[in-house]
Amino acid sequence: MKKWLNLKSTAGIVLITVALIALPFVAAMGGQAWVRIVNFAILYVFLALGLNIVVGFAGLLDLGYIAFYAVGAYTWALLASPHFGLHWPIWAILPIGALVACVFGVLLGSPTLKLRGDYLAIVTLGFGEIVRIFLNNLNAPFNITNGPQGITLIDPVMFGDFKFSGTTQIFGLAISGPQKYYFLLVALAILVILINLRLQHSRIGRAWQAIREDEIAAKAVGINTRNVKLLAFAMGASFGGVAGGIFSAMQGFVSPESFSLIESIMVLAMVVLGGMGHIPGVILGAVLLTILPEVLRYGIGPLQMFVFGNVLIDPESLRMLIFGLSLVLVMRYKPTGLWPSPGRRHGVDAVGGAS
Amino acid sequence: MDIFLQQLVNGLVQGSIYALVALGYTMVYGIMGLINFAHGEVVMIGTLVSITVAGTLIDAGMPVALAGLVGLVTAVLSCMALGWSLERVAYRPLRDAPRLTPLITAIGMSIVLQNLAMIVWGRNYLTFPAFLPKLSFEWAGAYFTLVQVLIVLVSALTMAALLFLVYRTKLGMAMRATAQNPAVASLMGVNINRVIAAAFVIGSALGAVAGVMVGSYYEIAHYQMGFMLGLKAFTAAVLGGIGNLAGAMAGGVLLGIIEALGAGYIGDLTGGFLGSHYQDIFAFVVLIGVLMFKPSGLFGEKTGERA
Repeated sequence: MKKWLNLKSTAGIVLITVALIALPFVAAMGGQAWVRIVNFAILYVFLALGLNIVVGFAGLLDLGYIAFYAVGAYTWALLASPHFGLHWPIWAILPIGALVACVFGVLLGSPTLKLRGDYLAIVTLGFGEIVRIFLNNLNAPFNITNGPQGITLIDPVMFGDFKFSGTTQIFGLAISGPQKYYFLLVALAILVILINLRLQHSRIGRAWQAIREDEIAAKAVGINTRNVKLLAFAMGASFGGVAGGIFSAMQGFVSPESFSLIESIMVLAMVVLGGMGHIPGVILGAVLLTILPEVLRYGIGPLQMFVFGNVLIDPESLRMLIFGLSLVLVMRYKPTGLWPSPGRRHGVDAVGGAS
Repeated sequence: MDIFLQQLVNGLVQGSIYALVALGYTMVYGIMGLINFAHGEVVMIGTLVSITVAGTLIDAGMPVALAGLVGLVTAVLSCMALGWSLERVAYRPLRDAPRLTPLITAIGMSIVLQNLAMIVWGRNYLTFPAFLPKLSFEWAGAYFTLVQVLIVLVSALTMAALLFLVYRTKLGMAMRATAQNPAVASLMGVNINRVIAAAFVIGSALGAVAGVMVGSYYEIAHYQMGFMLGLKAFTAAVLGGIGNLAGAMAGGVLLGIIEALGAGYIGDLTGGFLGSHYQDIFAFVVLIGVLMFKPSGLFGEKTGERA
């Protein structure tokens, strides 16, 4: 980690800081929608880093990661909305959300420890679907999740009287709701990145790496593979839970629709496309895969107008088409991701296990 | 008791469809260890192609049954071409890449195919032309239709043909050899590229047959239908032990029956607490349960832990 920091000179850090502070104001010139998109990019950085612990560090292929995000989001939604009439403070909810997600992580992890590679993938996928189906249907006989309608009017993040929704004046500068969330998210993201960097080269991080490269050898050198694998699931899950809580507060609305399998797949794509197990790469992957579809959303209609004179193909499907194609092309020409970790063999081989 | 029998029949029909699709997953997985996530979309394209072809021919005045047959053949042929090009374009260049890379490519191809289908066929539900007479039979209190009987029969025949191909022909022997050890197989003069392409083509053909069955069973089709079907079929393949042909067939039928029975009885079992809208959960709960006790599926070979 020291090495990574040293590579960036102090000037670089100052430049990045200035850019990070200026970003929401620059984005706001294109409308508040762009600030929201930037916020989502950071939220996905959060999620991708959480999944990276499970897939990238420990080499356990998890296709149901979004379930933990959902658990965190619903925990916040239930504890801070008129649905149950509860309005708990953030200090209570965020840790509870992380803890509940963590419990779910262990719940998923413990029966699946024996499974390897692709069997694990399908079980985690099934787990994600089970969570979503329950969220969708737990409105009868007791209304817990309010079913497909979802939960509305969720409290925003509040510190005392300081609300993160709506515009406030600070030093004569009007700062909008999304911009305030931006700074909260950046602060949290930096914290998460630091935790990840420390984890990677800690005793646990090395144990994960050993399991990823060769589980039997790891066992032979005295690593308690069961506990260490469970820990990977639990930590990844609690990151997902925190991200879900913030998502819930930021949107003010959650419904099961936001937690479908395709979301899990997208987060996995971010991790793999960026460069599995390499933190800067994962961040890059998350930012790219959030921003690219949005740029396409706003760019494709006008582009068709410009080239053909009218909109020939439904922009929505064309945008996803290009998105899918770019996934294929990047993997074709950069099989280890856009920014893989330097000087290491492709550690992901071990993900498959014996086959 | 008649509910039991009825649900058993429904489950068997649904299960035969799962089994056919599951074979496509399991063949590719057995030979190259790749989860072909785009397989569900191949099935979807098969259904939509057969709708267009059969629909146009019926409009042009061709006898309904013949139009259906032509539709089926066209769907099979176009899916074979699609499967072949998928392998060629998306997977072959990545054969030596890290294991997760082709998985992401498969997801990318699945997104591409789905959106291509949306551009070509539109967002709306399409009605499948009814090219079979609506006959229904009764036996011991259970009702079944001609379509259901045909689905079970055709799947059984197709699977028998596949087993013959894999265990009694030279190509099949080459496939089994490649599945065991590609490097040694190629030293024995097996053309690995041809074998892998064949697995994709055959799997896609089976998928197209399944797609036409789904279409004529539910009489409706949609560009997003491939996703859930593919997911269930893949679950079935894993349930039976992925890479194992007989396992995929058994897993498919078993999954169909479990789902149907589960949906029929869950209300009674839980005292009305959980209703039949939890149907989709069964597949996954059973899967997790089975894998906990048999980590490589019901019929999967015990792979020794290799260092």
